[in-house]
Amino acid sequence: MGSTMGRTLAQKVWDAHVVRSADGEPDLLYIDLHLVHEVTSPQAFDGLRLAGRPVRRPDLTIATEDHNVPTVDIDKPIADLVSRTQVETLRRNCAEFGVRLAPMGDIDQGIVHVIGPQLGLTQPGMTVVCGDSHTSTHGAFGALAFGIGTSEVEHVLATQTLPLRPFKTMAVEVRGKLAPGVTAKDIVLALITQIGTGGGQGHVIEYRGEAIEALSVEARMTICNMSIEAGARAGMIAPDDTTFEYLEGRPHAAEGADWDAAVAYWRGLRTDDDAEFDTVVELDASTLTPFVTWGTNPGQGAPLGAEIPNPASFANPADRAAAERALEYMGLEAGTKLRDIAVDTVFVGSCTNGRIEDLRAAAEVIKGRKVADGVRMLVVPGSVRVRLQAMEEGLDQVFLDAGAEWRGAGCSMCLGMNPDQLAPQERSASTSNRNFEGRQGKGGRTHLVSPLVAAATAVTGRLSSPSDLDRVEV
Amino acid sequence: MEKFTIHTGRALPLRRSNVDTDQIIPAEYLKRVTRTGFEDGLFAAWRKDPDFILNQPQYAGVSVLVAGPDFGTGSSREHAVWALNDYGFRVVLSSRYADIFRGNSSKAGLLTAVVAEDRIEQIWADVEADPATEVTVDLAAREVRWAGQTAPFDIDDYTRWRLMEGLDDIGLTLRHEEMVTEFEHSRPGWLPRTLPAKSG
Ligand code: SF4
Repeated sequence: MGSTMGRTLAQKVWDAHVVRSADGEPDLLYIDLHLVHEVTSPQAFDGLRLAGRPVRRPDLTIATEDHNVPTVDIDKPIADLVSRTQVETLRRNCAEFGVRLAPMGDIDQGIVHVIGPQLGLTQPGMTVVCGDSHTSTHGAFGALAFGIGTSEVEHVLATQTLPLRPFKTMAVEVRGKLAPGVTAKDIVLALITQIGTGGGQGHVIEYRGEAIEALSVEARMTICNMSIEAGARAGMIAPDDTTFEYLEGRPHAAEGADWDAAVAYWRGLRTDDDAEFDTVVELDASTLTPFVTWGTNPGQGAPLGAEIPNPASFANPADRAAAERALEYMGLEAGTKLRDIAVDTVFVGSCTNGRIEDLRAAAEVIKGRKVADGVRMLVVPGSVRVRLQAMEEGLDQVFLDAGAEWRGAGCSMCLGMNPDQLAPQERSASTSNRNFEGRQGKGGRTHLVSPLVAAATAVTGRLSSPSDLDRVEV
Repeated sequence: MEKFTIHTGRALPLRRSNVDTDQIIPAEYLKRVTRTGFEDGLFAAWRKDPDFILNQPQYAGVSVLVAGPDFGTGSSREHAVWALNDYGFRVVLSSRYADIFRGNSSKAGLLTAVVAEDRIEQIWADVEADPATEVTVDLAAREVRWAGQTAPFDIDDYTRWRLMEGLDDIGLTLRHEEMVTEFEHSRPGWLPRTLPAKSG
């Protein structure tokens, strides 16, 4: 990155963080915010201890418990031994190294990618890392945010920097306007189906265009969150007034003259007109309809109104074989209408769709209706704050009245490290980001959907959109 | 990370090729929360066999692993290097390694030296004939010496320098700590800090 031509947003953020640059060596990049959770941090802290190194900047580091916390009975000890050890180890490490921790039961606890933005710690133009691939979420603010491995976690804890080779840049231009009932989740699912799970490999994606600019910050997070599912290192969206409005007044946002200085700087964080991207992809938002996955990777998706494709229709032999294997695992047949697929479980939550707007959208659909017989619906807020906000708005009661379960905050069934899991061959409609084999529980079958589709599906028991419900009623 | 210049110790002749990281340390050991104490996981599946070479008393206390080609293939787990280190190995000799394993080794201070296959065979034969044979691995001279014989080994300059200086990735970065500090002074004051904690 870095040339005499115009620069992309990603290049600008990169350039502003280079501590050291030398021929043939990776750039040393400064990291503005390091998010830590219980699964990928224990060995990093242990490495520091062995080498007698402190955490260089505890004031740029924050930890939370999310991946394997239970979402019921959170006042009791965690039953699972591995989970409990990881959580207890994180608590000890944070105490020893002076790192701020939002533990279970704390008002700021939640999924790491929900609490950073919520506290106003994620801001435009920053570099943000976390030992978790969905760190790309924070790119919604125009930050350069990406997941790292455990030894890199140790490196950042010790030095607040990372040696990195430049990424390539990709523009995803989303033209037109979304139709009502079509959401950010549908954009990103359609994109991944279009470019494939390797389509973004080695790239930082910048999402641009009318449809992106019209999105709320939370919806932008949904899109950036899933960049990694297209193989990209990160996703970004240029900050604008929508971003600034979201940030203003958040606990860790600047105030007064500092705020003005920050906004003045942020306004320059846009891709220059003469900048060139390594790759450009286009998408027309106005043609999109609710999108769901039928297979076992996020690139195996189709519009809800479609049928399951015939594997034979894939030109590429590897795609064909993958589709065959996916259908076998999912217990589905080519040609089946997606709307005919019955589910056992509906999961609303995760760092993709576990924020207040997601819960509001799902609640609006399910209000005054009932979860279908034989279907279990789990609503898991992304953070304690989201949970409390929802309760203030009465959303918890809407879900409970409909027959759904209202849970505590955490990753929950997104990855089933806690007891919230699918049983073998159980089928879910899930607002999360990964439909891999066994992701939500051994043998579990996952269909990725938007919160609107999730709620409508809970009511009918089959993959549905809210418009299907209206039809039933009229 | 300890500096490595020269090491002398007894050797383990592991007559196997394609030793993958699953064999070096099985997946069940990956759930731990520590960076040390993985010695019990080293070759755990093979060690269940009482005849496995590492279980033989004459090879107690070895520190040089002499293996067949394609050592360290498979999953990228860093635990494989930790397990070898924790058991007490300082050096692996083989004619070929998996790239990721070799990269992980140099970061953790384990020397993986590339020695010609016929020399590996010779070391195996000599050590099997007399397990008390001392093997010296001289990183400065890029040479292995045992039982009056010598063999050169390959290692790239950069890795050699890092090992001799005892620099892990973090140590390398900390050599430029002044630049990091200088950068920190230039950061705008409005950037957020997690401490003191604000809630809301
Ligand atoms: S919600 Fe799911 S994807 Fe997000 S951080 Fe948790 S486990 Fe990872």
